[in-house]
Amino acid sequence: MKKDNAVAGTDSLIRELIAIVGANSVLHKYEDLLAYDCDGYTIHKGLPRAVVFPADTEEVSKVVRFLHQNKVPFLPRGAGTGLSGGAIPTGGEVIISLVRMNKLLEVDFPNRKAVVQPGYINLKLSNSIAHKGYYYAPDPSSQQACTIGGNVAENAGGAHCLKYGVTTNHVLGLELVLPDGEIIEIGGVTDMPGYDLPGLLTGSEGTMGIVTKITVRILKLPQGKKTVLALFDDVEGASRTVSDIIAAGILPATLEMMDHTAIEGVEAGNYPVGYPQGLAAVLIVEVDGIEEGLDDQIKQIIGVCQKNGVREVKAAQSEAERALWWANRKTAFGAMGTISPDYLVQDGVIPRSRLPEVLGRIEQISQESGLRIANVFHAGDGNLHPLILFDSRKSGETEKASRVGSQVLKVCTDVGGSITGEHGVGIEKKEEMRYLFNDDELQAQIDIREVFNRDNLCNPDKLFPVAGRCVEIKRAN
Amino acid sequence: MEQTTKKEGQYQSESLPCGQKSNFIWEDAPDEDKYSVCVHCGMCLDSCPTYQETGLEHQSPRGRVYLIKAVAEGRMNINESFKDPIFQCLDCRACETACPSGVQVGTLIEEARGQIHQADPPRGAKGAISKFFLRGIFPHTSRLHKLGRVTRFYQKSGAQHVIRKTGLFNILPSHLKEMEQVLPEVGMPVKASMPEVVEAEGEKRARVAMLTGCVMDIMFSEVNEATVRSLVTNGCEVVIPKKQECCGALQLHAGDRGTAKKLARHNIDVFLEAGVDKIIVNAAGCGATLKEYGELLKHDPEYREKAEVFSEKVEDVSKFLVDLGIRKPKGKVKIRVTYHDACHLAHAQGVRLEPRKLLGNIDGVELVDLPDSDRCCGSAGIYNITHPEMAGRLLDRKVADIPEEAEVVAMGNPGCMMQIALGIHRHQRKEQVLHTIQILDMAYQNERKQLEERLMQAASVREGSDTDEER
Repeated sequence: MKKDNAVAGTDSLIRELIAIVGANSVLHKYEDLLAYDCDGYTIHKGLPRAVVFPADTEEVSKVVRFLHQNKVPFLPRGAGTGLSGGAIPTGGEVIISLVRMNKLLEVDFPNRKAVVQPGYINLKLSNSIAHKGYYYAPDPSSQQACTIGGNVAENAGGAHCLKYGVTTNHVLGLELVLPDGEIIEIGGVTDMPGYDLPGLLTGSEGTMGIVTKITVRILKLPQGKKTVLALFDDVEGASRTVSDIIAAGILPATLEMMDHTAIEGVEAGNYPVGYPQGLAAVLIVEVDGIEEGLDDQIKQIIGVCQKNGVREVKAAQSEAERALWWANRKTAFGAMGTISPDYLVQDGVIPRSRLPEVLGRIEQISQESGLRIANVFHAGDGNLHPLILFDSRKSGETEKASRVGSQVLKVCTDVGGSITGEHGVGIEKKEEMRYLFNDDELQAQIDIREVFNRDNLCNPDKLFPVAGRCVEIKRAN
Repeated sequence: MEQTTKKEGQYQSESLPCGQKSNFIWEDAPDEDKYSVCVHCGMCLDSCPTYQETGLEHQSPRGRVYLIKAVAEGRMNINESFKDPIFQCLDCRACETACPSGVQVGTLIEEARGQIHQADPPRGAKGAISKFFLRGIFPHTSRLHKLGRVTRFYQKSGAQHVIRKTGLFNILPSHLKEMEQVLPEVGMPVKASMPEVVEAEGEKRARVAMLTGCVMDIMFSEVNEATVRSLVTNGCEVVIPKKQECCGALQLHAGDRGTAKKLARHNIDVFLEAGVDKIIVNAAGCGATLKEYGELLKHDPEYREKAEVFSEKVEDVSKFLVDLGIRKPKGKVKIRVTYHDACHLAHAQGVRLEPRKLLGNIDGVELVDLPDSDRCCGSAGIYNITHPEMAGRLLDRKVADIPEEAEVVAMGNPGCMMQIALGIHRHQRKEQVLHTIQILDMAYQNERKQLEERLMQAASVREGSDTDEER
């Protein structure tokens, strides 16, 4: 068997970590670390120095304090389903895994809030309060596996965020361990005066500390729900439908779209709907709210679809049918495995009205590069997920996929959009931050980070362009 | 056997694009086309019982597939850190239900175990025990029946009572000791007690063969009897091939692919010769394995196609009867039943609705929901013997989930039956464990009883009136 990690000083580091959390809660052998060298983003890989599994906030604090004192970098990790590499080590960080802090601590129905530990799985919250008629709104497609702690770090979205907002709109308060080990609580009261600190922390991608407790808003389940499936022969018709629905004054809970390559993937996957051949695009539109009035909205939506040359449009006839449409859509990323060994998913945001034009340009990039691109997206809020299909076994193809991803993001920012809607910047889109911010703007953000994370030990090398090409070098001078 | 071993041992050196060599050097290496389907999305994570319990990435389906890939790419050796996660896997296939792109995790795990089995054959006491059972006992019907007879003697002669009293069992690990206590009363195996062909009742609707199974026929022969009776009642002519052997599932799960293939080839010949429409199985684990003979023998030019033909015919008894159109029993069974989904029925064969439909069709049966009914109970073949600690944790959760109002826990797999009976015993609960088909059979039996009673009544009435006339 291979000898334990031979990095200088590692042995005493491991001993100290074991002293804090116990031997069953520290991984440090090469083979045991292998599975932690990437998350849902697989293009970049890096081995951690160790993985620790604290059981509570105190242990997180002790581990962080020890690492801080010894100037050892570290990063938090939830389920590892993130799509921008936020939980991937870049320089032998110690991973602090929060999966064993996975309890639902409190549900306060009268005040409509719940308190969870960071390792608690997103979908479990909705499942465990459904019997009282409540749910937790942010629903990333990975909700059956991803943790709410990870959702907070990435400010995760989901299909229903068009109407209900992303994670930050649902976080009321946080307990967090600062990068020096101090435990603090922020927020907790609705309309807390002063700066919106939970808002700042949500989406900070683990660069400001480690969240150990989250108070979230829970909502009453809508009285009714109606879902429409619309099949189109051309992307333009589908795109126009998206804009026209919103323009008609309807705010659907979801407005999802998949193009022909994406349809090919999901139909080969585990939850095929049985879409007819030769489709250019599929739209899933869901409206919810008070039962009366939903049928009118559905009628209106069907009308808009027909006006835009839909091939076929229908409302779900049963909960089973609706569930299948959603299972098919929500497993779309993973289903790409059936048509390609690897994919890189982008997360650009564009103004809805520019949809046909942007899709045209993405198609052009695909043809020029020779890499297929499947489009799955939250069309309603203009959040695109072009899935760039590639084969990492072919030499140079991984790099090409990265370049293509970058080109797609440039298109998004050129039309007045953004490089990420819900997946975060992580490792993946650090350089593309320059499409949106100049040096001064980047520096202003780094200054804010340093208020929390002075020594940049907590998830370093994420979110901002790397030193060498970046403002941080200017600062060092 | 000799020849097989030699073939299994052939060295295959595969060059990888990056110049590194795969550390899977034996035949039947985990298939690149299977693991490259995994895009590392993580949707499987929380479906995995061992991940739920440990939170460890390498004890998750995604992590295991990742390690298999690492060994295939030469970044990891086949050593303890590889063996442990691969063997901690329950092979329950819950991840296959969760996986968006249909990664065949179960088959990959079995192939990886095949490599481990050859790289590092099981040694020591554990190795000896597994060799004794998996190669020495299970594949040989006559030895298995002898073992059954010994157990029967042990139970009936009073030896069981004496041994329990004297505490002789205290030398066994506690989980085996407990298992002995819930051992069902061993009956007469159907393969020995029933004729090779059992005629259909009424109009013949199908000719089917039945896999009697090894554990099922020894430990739960009454389930096999109930299966034959239910099939016959539903117009099936049932062939019970006397030459059939163990299906090879346990060997396959342990990585002994050589023995599994040998058994598969034998069973294919025996069952195809029987000339039947369907091959009926009442043990979920066996059914899943039989359905995957095609996969197991995909490199065997002589058997590949035959195996596909064979696998096509395999059907779980509940699905078969529901598809055929079950004859509604006129007898009542007044019980509250909760149904546990055996992993190899729900996840491996996709059979979930049919057993519930079958039970719902019986008058008097009231179905109550079992939360997370398709989460593994920890039985998983011989997992509860090789990994008692993890199996025990899963069993505790399963028993805790059984709703209090349930009187019976029904399921379609002998391993689960033993395991859940053990859990019920351990937690001092009272529920009865039954195979789904036993409840259907009870309904048919009650129908018969009612009919007999009516006939008796009619006869006695006639007898009465006869005497009247005589007067």
